[in-house]
Amino acid sequence: MILTGELAKAKSEIEEYARDYKLDFFPMIFEILKSDEINELAAKGGFPIRYPHWRFGMEFEQLNKGYTYGLQKIYEMVINTDPCYAYLMDANNIVDQKLVMAHVYGHCDFFKNNYWFSKTNRKMMDEMANHATRIRRYIDLFGYDIVEDFIDRCLSLENLIDYHAPFIKRKSGTPEAAKKIKKLKSKKYMEQFINPPEFIEEQQKSMQEDKDGMPAFPLSPEKDVLQFLIDYGPLEQWQRDILSIISEESYYFAPQGMTKIMNEGWASFWHSTIMTNHVLSDADVIDYADHHSGTVHMSPGQINPYKIGIELFRDIEERWNKGRFGKEYEECDSYSEKQNWDKKLDIGRDKIFEVRKIYNDVTFIDTFLTQEFCQKNNLFTYRYNERTKKYEISSRDFQAIKQQLLFSITNAGQPRIQVVNANYENRGELLLQHITDRFGLDVNYAYRTLENLFFMWKRPVHVQTLSEENIILMSFDGNKHKSQTLGKA
Amino acid sequence: MVLQIEEDVNRFKRIIKGKIKENLRKYISHGEMIGKKGKELVSIPVPQIDLPRFRYGDPEQSGVASGEGEEGDPIGDGDEQGSKKAGNMPGTHVREVELSLDELADILGEELELPRIEPRGKKEIVTEKSRYSSIRKTGPESLRHFKRTYREALKRQVTANEYSKHNPIIIPIKEDKRYRSWKKDYKPQSNAAVIYMMDVSGSMGDAQKEIVRIETFWIDTWLKKNYKGLQTRYVIHDAAAAEVDSETFFSTRESGGTVISSAYELCAKIIEQDYPLDEWNIYPFHFSDGDNWSMEDNARAFELLQDKIFPASNIFCYGQVESIYGSGKFINDLHEQFPDNDVLVTSMIADKEGIVDSIKTFLGKGV
Repeated sequence: MILTGELAKAKSEIEEYARDYKLDFFPMIFEILKSDEINELAAKGGFPIRYPHWRFGMEFEQLNKGYTYGLQKIYEMVINTDPCYAYLMDANNIVDQKLVMAHVYGHCDFFKNNYWFSKTNRKMMDEMANHATRIRRYIDLFGYDIVEDFIDRCLSLENLIDYHAPFIKRKSGTPEAAKKIKKLKSKKYMEQFINPPEFIEEQQKSMQEDKDGMPAFPLSPEKDVLQFLIDYGPLEQWQRDILSIISEESYYFAPQGMTKIMNEGWASFWHSTIMTNHVLSDADVIDYADHHSGTVHMSPGQINPYKIGIELFRDIEERWNKGRFGKEYEECDSYSEKQNWDKKLDIGRDKIFEVRKIYNDVTFIDTFLTQEFCQKNNLFTYRYNERTKKYEISSRDFQAIKQQLLFSITNAGQPRIQVVNANYENRGELLLQHITDRFGLDVNYAYRTLENLFFMWKRPVHVQTLSEENIILMSFDGNKHKSQTLGKA
Repeated sequence: MVLQIEEDVNRFKRIIKGKIKENLRKYISHGEMIGKKGKELVSIPVPQIDLPRFRYGDPEQSGVASGEGEEGDPIGDGDEQGSKKAGNMPGTHVREVELSLDELADILGEELELPRIEPRGKKEIVTEKSRYSSIRKTGPESLRHFKRTYREALKRQVTANEYSKHNPIIIPIKEDKRYRSWKKDYKPQSNAAVIYMMDVSGSMGDAQKEIVRIETFWIDTWLKKNYKGLQTRYVIHDAAAAEVDSETFFSTRESGGTVISSAYELCAKIIEQDYPLDEWNIYPFHFSDGDNWSMEDNARAFELLQDKIFPASNIFCYGQVESIYGSGKFINDLHEQFPDNDVLVTSMIADKEGIVDSIKTFLGKGV
């Protein structure tokens, strides 16, 4: 249902304010939905038409139970498309709806302007529907179970993408062409002495030998494992197609995982600014405060991206307004001077707009998380204590907090895995490497995932990771699992 | 908007129940949400299928959070929902909800591969029920279908070009009139009576009764699922038998000897009085440790079975729980007495593990 009456009025009002603040967004379409409708959409990642799969049903069950028992409800959902769709729940009160609208304008501005979203398909509604059609066609051809089983396997590998791949422009041409004969550096007149013809000949010969022996494949490690399987895995055409669908959808959602803190922080910053400065009437204040505090509430022992995000944006705005940055400020030793530091630069607003344009969560935290911020917000790191069976505060040290936080958001919290050799042991086996310096993979999950990988590659598959202090190689050859220690880390 | 998620939800539920896609079974985990119902905490099971992925071994072991406290202070308490390890707090009672008994019965049926129950005998008992579900052209005025009548009139006037949208008057004539009409539904009636008999003599300990209790519960659930009008009766006996309510049935502990015939006598009487054979499917269940008082009583019991109970019953189930006191002879005596009897089903239940097999034996025969 589209907006009518009071809500339509609220929309145009809020949109006006958002424009006044120089938010730049796609056309917004709000729809009012019932709880089960919004739960259905949420279960399907926000898209009304997806391919049939039980996991959407699972998500739906969970959301619906949570709603039925009053444990959770979805206030808002917004989809990164152009025009931008946002869904409101019909049971919410009017203040909530206004807040959500203001919040959504923040999100939409973020979608449109943040660099990490720049490569996403803004017509994804259609694309998802196309995917659904294609997969349904395969179901008609090959049967529900067969296709669904294959999708299950794809989903098991869905996170093996390279978050930066959409931004990398590969050089065209074959890798061989790039290979030149290695010459030693020489002045022109010395050339024939330093690189005599015999030497060049020798080089050419050895290059030829290299070529005869198998060159490494891939030439350099490939982080986009899914794409690698699509390109080189011995798959049927329909399987390849489904795998590419899963990959495409995975890439579409990737930026949202990479900017969770920023995106929510930015939207919360704007709903709070717009609501408190303009929209709220006296009668609305309590409802607003109730909802807002619920949104940014941090319960002990949990981190809330809304809260961290909004506080960081506020902190950045204040710091740049007061000129609290740069060499001079950093090197200032006097606590009181720092406390009262104010150069009246008033460039905070511009700064946060710039930040929302080019940063993602990792660079955001890395650049703007300060010691003062951690203290002000009472941050700490915690650890599970085996002996007491409880989670305990392990440190309030700034570096420790930052490192922990960065670890949890790097690569959207997924282990980084790359293909290093597709001809391992010269037997066409697939070797993956888990890039890590601290934690290994979950062993059981890794074995099960290897089974699915084997299904795609049809030759033995291996993954190299850490276990305790050792580098280990976990393998699956189609029949059994194996694990061997390669050496100390 | 029309909900399209049903297809996916059904698929998911069938996977969870193990009907399809056995290969996913190992990934099913049983999460829960903690809800509140009045003062009670209710655990809402949220089954999940966790597809395997490469993921960190134990990322949950550490992290960043905010709050007061010194280094080394525990923070676990504020986080009941998140950490499953915390378990139930003492003094609070977590109840499992969700699966309706019907669903349970379904699962049981599938798990044990129980056959659907056939209504008794050849002469199916049918009930007749009238439902107004169709339309006809004649009938009493009191059953006239207003809307259909006017629709017909409108159709006629439009085709006859008598209808003007500026003056939309519709006048039904006799041919337009439509009347509600009924159809007779014949429903096979499936009434069943279950008579549970339990030996509560001194030799039946709490462990044995527990077994009986669990087994009866499941049998009850299954039969209720299959019969609309299921009646249950409970009989306990030691040296004498008495009819009791279900609560007493499950909680009584008597002492004394065992005279099985007393129970059968009462059972026969109940059947005779309350359940005419042509209307009821009758299932007597008898649980005992198999230690009867005397051979004479055995003879008397067999006589009752032969003459009164077997002819009346769809099936007669005798479950013998193992007890350290009893001789456990009765089951053998039964076999000797009735070597090829279709109605009699016996089962030995050694311990709790044996319950499933026993139910399978009892109900698997198609009751």
